[in-house]
Amino acid sequence: MMRLVIAALAGALFGTGLLISGMTDPAKVQGWLDVFGNWDPTLGFVLTGAILPMLVAWRVAARRRTALTGTELPPPPPQKIDGRLIAGAALFGLGWGLSGLCPGPAMASLGFGGVPFLIFFAAMVAGMLLFSVWNRRA
Amino acid sequence: MNPDWIAGLIGGLMIGCAAAVYLLGNGRIMGASGLLGGLVDGTGRSNMVERAVFIAALIVAPALLVLIGAAERSAPIAGSGILVLAGLLVGFGTRLGNGCTSGHGVCGISRFSRRGIVATLVYLFTGGIAVIVARALGWTA
Repeated sequence: MMRLVIAALAGALFGTGLLISGMTDPAKVQGWLDVFGNWDPTLGFVLTGAILPMLVAWRVAARRRTALTGTELPPPPPQKIDGRLIAGAALFGLGWGLSGLCPGPAMASLGFGGVPFLIFFAAMVAGMLLFSVWNRRA
Repeated sequence: MNPDWIAGLIGGLMIGCAAAVYLLGNGRIMGASGLLGGLVDGTGRSNMVERAVFIAALIVAPALLVLIGAAERSAPIAGSGILVLAGLLVGFGTRLGNGCTSGHGVCGISRFSRRGIVATLVYLFTGGIAVIVARALGWTA
């Protein structure tokens, strides 16, 4: 039960932060990604703001063996830079730039965005399913 | 400072606090594409309810804020065809590359993960390219 309360709290805080930061506004996000054009550096402020609490959280995590609910904390990150990482990030970036939406904001907009956001979300889920099918064959 | 920068910084701090709560509370990395993807393809079966609760709260909280007028409703920037193409790219790409802005960007960079840093540089680069292409071809508002 405690795990679900924490998940709800984190999800609500994440959604609120995405909304307040402007990440759920595709027009703004496109301007933030327009690094080779008339660039608006707001994305840098969002990312910096988000990284700061996590710098502290990872330090706290390093001194503990388990999380509050008793689950083991994540192992050290894998180091391997492979084709999948590069290709996946490249495809994701293209989709993010075209639509101004990445997965978190795409979900956070579902309750108020209307049909276009539902279309994007459905296509994103379809893309995940396509990957799952392709991955089983590859 | 530009009001957008201040809103970005405050919203960003909230995003980071959410990730910190999820990490130290439940021992999990808060990655939006991973949380959803595990539900979509069944790889997250062992903690399905937790994922669903997280996503439900992620949808409901901003919807309530917009409903009470605390925030503006945002408009889509592309037509349906582009949204479908972009959605497919985001869905496939984040599963192939194992993360998105929250997982690689927020949670990865903050632990100095090489993969997170490289992925973030790559998707910011191709994102910038996509904006140029979309604007040149008149695909945006």
